[in-house]
Amino acid sequence: MKTATISLETLACPSCVLKIESAAKSLDGVDKDSVKVLFNSSKLKLDFDDEKLSVEDVEKAVTALGYEVKKSHVKDK
Amino acid sequence: MVVSALLIATGFIGALGFKNELVAVWALGIASVLGAAPIAIQAYQALKVKVVSIDVLVTIAVAGAFVIRNFEESAIVTFLFLFGAYLEQRTLNKTRSAIKELTEMAPESALKQMEDGEFVEVDVDEVDVGDILLVKTGAKVPVDGTVLSGEGSINEASITGESLPVSKEKGSTVFAGTILDNGTLQITADRVGEDTTFGKIIELVEEAQDSKSAAERFIDRFSKYYTPAVLVLGLLVWAFSRDIELAITILVLGCPGALVIGVPVSNVAGIGNGARHGVLLKGSEVVGDFSRLDTMVFDKTGTLTVGNPSVAEKAYYGGYIDEALGYLASVERESDHPLAKAVLDEIGETTISPVESTEVIKGGGITATVDGHKVAVGNVALMEREGVPLSEQATADIERFETNGNSLVLTAVDGELKILMGVRDQIRPGVREDLRRLKKLGVKNLIMLSGDNQGTVDAVNRELGLTQAHGNMLPEDKAAYIRRLIEQEGQIVAFVGDGVNDSPSLALAHIGIAMGSGTDVAIETSDVVLMNSDFSRLPHAFGLTKAIARNMRQNILIAVGVVLLLLSAVFFSEWMNMSIGMLVHEGSILVVILNGMRLLRYKLR
Repeated sequence: MKTATISLETLACPSCVLKIESAAKSLDGVDKDSVKVLFNSSKLKLDFDDEKLSVEDVEKAVTALGYEVKKSHVKDK
Repeated sequence: MVVSALLIATGFIGALGFKNELVAVWALGIASVLGAAPIAIQAYQALKVKVVSIDVLVTIAVAGAFVIRNFEESAIVTFLFLFGAYLEQRTLNKTRSAIKELTEMAPESALKQMEDGEFVEVDVDEVDVGDILLVKTGAKVPVDGTVLSGEGSINEASITGESLPVSKEKGSTVFAGTILDNGTLQITADRVGEDTTFGKIIELVEEAQDSKSAAERFIDRFSKYYTPAVLVLGLLVWAFSRDIELAITILVLGCPGALVIGVPVSNVAGIGNGARHGVLLKGSEVVGDFSRLDTMVFDKTGTLTVGNPSVAEKAYYGGYIDEALGYLASVERESDHPLAKAVLDEIGETTISPVESTEVIKGGGITATVDGHKVAVGNVALMEREGVPLSEQATADIERFETNGNSLVLTAVDGELKILMGVRDQIRPGVREDLRRLKKLGVKNLIMLSGDNQGTVDAVNRELGLTQAHGNMLPEDKAAYIRRLIEQEGQIVAFVGDGVNDSPSLALAHIGIAMGSGTDVAIETSDVVLMNSDFSRLPHAFGLTKAIARNMRQNILIAVGVVLLLLSAVFFSEWMNMSIGMLVHEGSILVVILNGMRLLRYKLR
């Protein structure tokens, strides 16, 4: 398992949080309980299984929703 | 958005000025489509991940307005929605500004020594533990590390809140995010990225501002079902009344905007204010508890007092005092008694003479021969034992010093009392005033618990005027005392104390506040971190949490009030329509954000 911290463009509406959260949770290999969207700091934090998917897959899912990914950081759990 | 505003204007001018219906319809129609497109895209993306967002409600409402050919309403509603979102974004950024200032202090690059020995600028993420880095004058220290070579002075305000520069040399520890004012240093990286003290502070603040209180979690759950419920209500109204106009108005009015955003806004602005004033609040749960505080319990040594005993009062009798001070210093130099250090600090530079035939009298002091004079240093009992007469003046001084909570050190030379010193742990400057402010702000009980004897505790209490003061307490006694306050008296309790010794009490109290900050222990064990252990920030912290809690209540009231008002207006009055609904709705969102922003300027009066 790895922990990813993905910095996003500034989030403005609380429903964005809900959308990003649902999108991240729907990915196979992401630990659902670990998904956390920090509204005020505009960050997505989650644990994922690096054998099933890469951080790029998560980024892609977020970008598909229309949110820009600024920077992402992965470290071992 | 600007285009849609222009088109709306054209539409109205067309309709009113030239009575040209065709121009009006086309202009407003195009404005609606332009405005609705981005909202519809958002709505589609939300539905794709099975979320009924506000965008969905607005899109359906606009589509409905199209169906009944009410282009005026659809154009105005989409414009207001987009304009509102733009203003929200702008004002939200303001509420986040305080925290942004903090995170922007994070270092981004480092000069790292490569294999060929040259220093190359790299991203701070590429620095690993053990790397050797170069820090130049004016640069930020990129990691927590140890100085390998060089000298310099560093401004550590970002970690400790203290802006006086600290000098560093080989072997000193340096912290990420601090700034090298002058000099050049080579350092080894000990901790990098999120593991550095600064990284931890940032993470703590970021987590704190997004942490949710029970009330907030309730609102979250509520809005998850609320939006679909509004949609269903709209459909029902349409099904029964066949009145599309009414149905879509309900969709617009039901948007939960202010309710969802009100609480987080107060939170982020308030926690941001704290971060700026050296008070780190760990989340909104802490804010809630702290604001309803009944009792504040303090450890004495190191919290209310400085923690270093020093000579507080002294009196001299007769002549040859300089000589007597020299003898006293000579004797105390050989003692490891805690009071000896305080006495030596007080005397400072003096002539030291050789000490002979030293005798330690248990529970009394020391007698010795210095320079051929018989010197006795100790308490009153020792003086009596040595047959030293105490004058009326001396007896009065002794009594006064004792009442003030001092431990006494008397010095007699050749059977004559020369020096009387009162040693005590001094109260931190300003604590008395801070406690008074806390009381004024509404803390009901201020209690001091200490391991010291009751006499010393009483003396400190006489100066501070606390509600209660108990001595002779071990760390486990303190914890038991706090448990009793919580469990039997049902009070909300904060404990302020030493991060290491008092950790059971810190953990047990609703709010734990550890002194000795900048250290990992203090950051991890506390619910509230006071930068640089500054006691004077406590009243600000308490006043701030009260202001945040009040602000949240106001925002919830505004949000709920507006929704109720709008919904009742739609059923009981004639003037309500979609555009007014959207205007009031967006207006209420801005009002709660602006209300939250007031917290950024909060200052304790």
